[in-house]
Amino acid sequence: MGLLSVAIWLPIAFGVLLLATGRDDNARTVRGMALVGAVISFLVTLPLIRNFDNSSAQLQFVEKMPWIDRFNVNYHLGVDGLSVWFVLLTAFITVIVVIAAWEVITERVAQYMGAFLILSGLMVGVFCAADGLLFYVFFEATLIPMYLIIGVWGGPRRVYAAFKFFLYTLAGSLLMLIALVFLYFKSGGSFEIAAWHRLPLPLPAQVLVFFAFLAAFSVKVPMWPVHTWLPDAHVEAPTGGSVVLAAIMLKLGAYGFLRFSMPIAPDAAREYAWLMIALSLIAVLYIGLVALVQQDMKKLVAYSSIAHMGFVTLGFFIFNELGTAGAIVQMISHGFVSGAMFLCIGVLYDRMHSREISAYGGVANTMPRFTAFAVFFAMANCGLPGTAGFVGEWMVILGAVQFNFWIGLLASTTLVFGAAYTLWMVKRVYFGDVANDNVRALTDINGREFFMLAVLAIAVLWMGLYPKPVTDVMNVSVAELVKHVATSKLTLP
Amino acid sequence: MNWTVLYPEIWLLTMACAVLLVDLFNDDEQRRPTFWLTQAVVAIFAVLHLIQHNIGATAYGMNGMVVTDPMGHLLAFFAALAVMVTLAYARPTLGSRDLLKGEFFTLSLFVLLGISVMCSANNFLVVYLGLEVMSLSLYALVALRRDHPLATEAAMKYFVLGALASGFLLYGLSMMYGATGSLEIPRVFEAIATGRINKEVLVFGVVFVVAGLAFKLGAVPFHMWVPDVYQGAPTPVTLLIGAAPKFAAFAITIRLLVEGMLGLAVDWQQMFIVLAVSSLALGNLAAIAQTNMKRMLAYSTIAQMGFVLLAMSAGVVSGNTVSAGNAYSSAMFYVVAYVLTTLGTFGLMMFVSRQGFESEEVDDFAGLAQRSPWVAGVMTVFMFSLAGVPPMVGFFAKLSVIQALVSTNSTLYIVLAVVAVMFSLIGAFYYLRVVKVMWFDAPTQTAAVAQTQGVGLLLAANGAAVLLFGLFSGGLMALCRDAIVKALAT
Repeated sequence: MGLLSVAIWLPIAFGVLLLATGRDDNARTVRGMALVGAVISFLVTLPLIRNFDNSSAQLQFVEKMPWIDRFNVNYHLGVDGLSVWFVLLTAFITVIVVIAAWEVITERVAQYMGAFLILSGLMVGVFCAADGLLFYVFFEATLIPMYLIIGVWGGPRRVYAAFKFFLYTLAGSLLMLIALVFLYFKSGGSFEIAAWHRLPLPLPAQVLVFFAFLAAFSVKVPMWPVHTWLPDAHVEAPTGGSVVLAAIMLKLGAYGFLRFSMPIAPDAAREYAWLMIALSLIAVLYIGLVALVQQDMKKLVAYSSIAHMGFVTLGFFIFNELGTAGAIVQMISHGFVSGAMFLCIGVLYDRMHSREISAYGGVANTMPRFTAFAVFFAMANCGLPGTAGFVGEWMVILGAVQFNFWIGLLASTTLVFGAAYTLWMVKRVYFGDVANDNVRALTDINGREFFMLAVLAIAVLWMGLYPKPVTDVMNVSVAELVKHVATSKLTLP
Repeated sequence: MNWTVLYPEIWLLTMACAVLLVDLFNDDEQRRPTFWLTQAVVAIFAVLHLIQHNIGATAYGMNGMVVTDPMGHLLAFFAALAVMVTLAYARPTLGSRDLLKGEFFTLSLFVLLGISVMCSANNFLVVYLGLEVMSLSLYALVALRRDHPLATEAAMKYFVLGALASGFLLYGLSMMYGATGSLEIPRVFEAIATGRINKEVLVFGVVFVVAGLAFKLGAVPFHMWVPDVYQGAPTPVTLLIGAAPKFAAFAITIRLLVEGMLGLAVDWQQMFIVLAVSSLALGNLAAIAQTNMKRMLAYSTIAQMGFVLLAMSAGVVSGNTVSAGNAYSSAMFYVVAYVLTTLGTFGLMMFVSRQGFESEEVDDFAGLAQRSPWVAGVMTVFMFSLAGVPPMVGFFAKLSVIQALVSTNSTLYIVLAVVAVMFSLIGAFYYLRVVKVMWFDAPTQTAAVAQTQGVGLLLAANGAAVLLFGLFSGGLMALCRDAIVKALAT
């Protein structure tokens, strides 16, 4: 059993174990077991980066065995520079989520922890799958735990949000399923993603495949105009659910563009790049303005996520190395930053049971240590140099300017909007005089909360100050991808 | 005469009568002797079919009246397993409602006998014989709860409409006989292949045959009986109607339309496409509006059969039968996956219901996750399987059908695949609603579900099977494919 299989199945095994043994009267043990499971699952992913060969664009840590002979489906795993960081990110965020839920979740603890551990394993599976059907199975299976997490532990409108989340995503993925089967047929009976990369396809077929994948991935990213499920899901989900949604699940969609849409249908991708760029810019500009007027903190961060993901898709579809690498860096940094933002909101919500910005004011006076973290993450969210948020945005803007000055200019307005909506929220929530007695009664963060925010802060700082290890791993793979996408498939024999 | 071909059926017929006799001397409230004897009979019957399936040869018996081939034996084997599971789920429920009579077991055995006869039929009259043995037993079973108005109404409806459908089928078959001069399926196939037969008569016959089959499959617009019968019949009987007979319906579709009338595929495939799309549409849309669980599952069945019909319609594309094996084996796999999941859903409904409290409304499942998390977990697996979410077996069934449609490389079938997945998206809504009721809603009652007679264990095994046949679906798919390929080769 290879390293990637362990990374996938270990958290799932722990999750199943928790579901099987957990009851309401042994919540302490359950929490302990969940933490042990999450930490071990994270530790086993570390060798992936230590033993990763930066000079190769090939899949590494490959495992391959037949799975469904009838359709020639293989249990084929492997990571390259595009995906390896996401495996670590997923396992890391799961540890944080378990810690974040420690005292907060008191009902059905075992099911909560079990669902997150299983979800973690499934998401790692999405990033590791080198077989189209295996990818789809992991991609779809993540819906089940997330649906239950939103619906069981969510807020007042959780049922609506859970259904919307599930049905929106399913609608997109079903079209992708047809595209996968179509490619299976066209490639003469193979579900290998690598074989599809080499498959010559005429333009009309490429366009169909491209739009089928677009349906699945644009919902997941989410891109304007199919983003409306995200604010609902974020607002209603419990803190852990929001963190995982923002930090990892959105990346599944963006990763899909890298792994499927662009290399399999490069000509269609270039043909419709204008559309993708336009949608991305709408996400950056329009959604940025929408974020500005939100009353609910979670909604604000949700819209900010959509704007940031718009940056990611923009980076992909300007087809240069700087843009693509920047977009991937942005995905990783957004994983840390948005996760941290939602955790901060969770910390406040646990104390005040309100997410309305107007319910707060002057939190800095009563929670100074917490405010330091919150302001730091807010700065990272608006892309302050020295934080993780800056690196990716800067690379994408540079790439965009290389591609077309005006697109670069429009994209860079995100720095203005991002600062506007984030800092305005910071000002209203944290600064000023103490607004009311509830805020006066707030207690500062305890050791557990301090620990999880500190770990994330270190990660954000590290990526901001010294991103080289991150970009080194992906450079060769990105270069290979950009070269592949630049080569037309129409002239292939 | 080659009697060996019919050993399993002869065994079953003899023992069905023996079970009836044994039950006369049974004074046990729980009817343990009858129950275990019946289970043993069916188990031996299943083993006999499995042995013959593994021999793998195709042979004819009774002067060509019956055929023995891997497909027939495999389907009969699955049907026997389904009946065993059905009986195990049914016993506690029937017992607590004073319905546990000896007739239930004998009639169930006759249902299985009818199914088995249909699976190995090689002659129009044998098909009809099997169909009537099965149907008449089922009519009687639906009326088992004879002091209950809904059940009586359902039985009447089922009987009248069922008789009408049998009439359709018989009329169509007689027309085929008139045109081809034979009742034997291979002779009919040869006669059609000569191309010298009046096409009008043949097509006229096919229309009636398809209408009869569509009734048995419960496809729109011949679906009217399905919701009423599912709701009205006692749940154990609903399961007996909903599970094993699907194998028989599939078997006679293959025997009549593929082995007998493949030459007319262009005609019946068109009808199948219309039936399939309307079943998908009406089944999925009507299921959304249901509050009664059994009625909802009835409409869900209609929609699921739409998928089977779609796969059956993709066998012959522009006169080419290359994709036939692929299409029919994916339909067969779909039926197997569907029956496996249906057994679990109805079994779980019976498990949750108690004397004086039928869990028939969707709302009766409210908060089940808090009362009995394991039971809710298993039901969740079934619902996601029916909705076609991986990694459950239902997803792989849908995948194999979509694969069969897309690999025809014809625009029509690719469009049909898109239509099918879009309707299954609508379908996902009502399956999700059951999950929602179980997990998100507050419980209306607090007692945990009581364990009875090992049914809980069987349900857990059923849930595990739905999950594991999904994760390791290769073997089952290969089994279906081999069976179909061998059936088509002759």
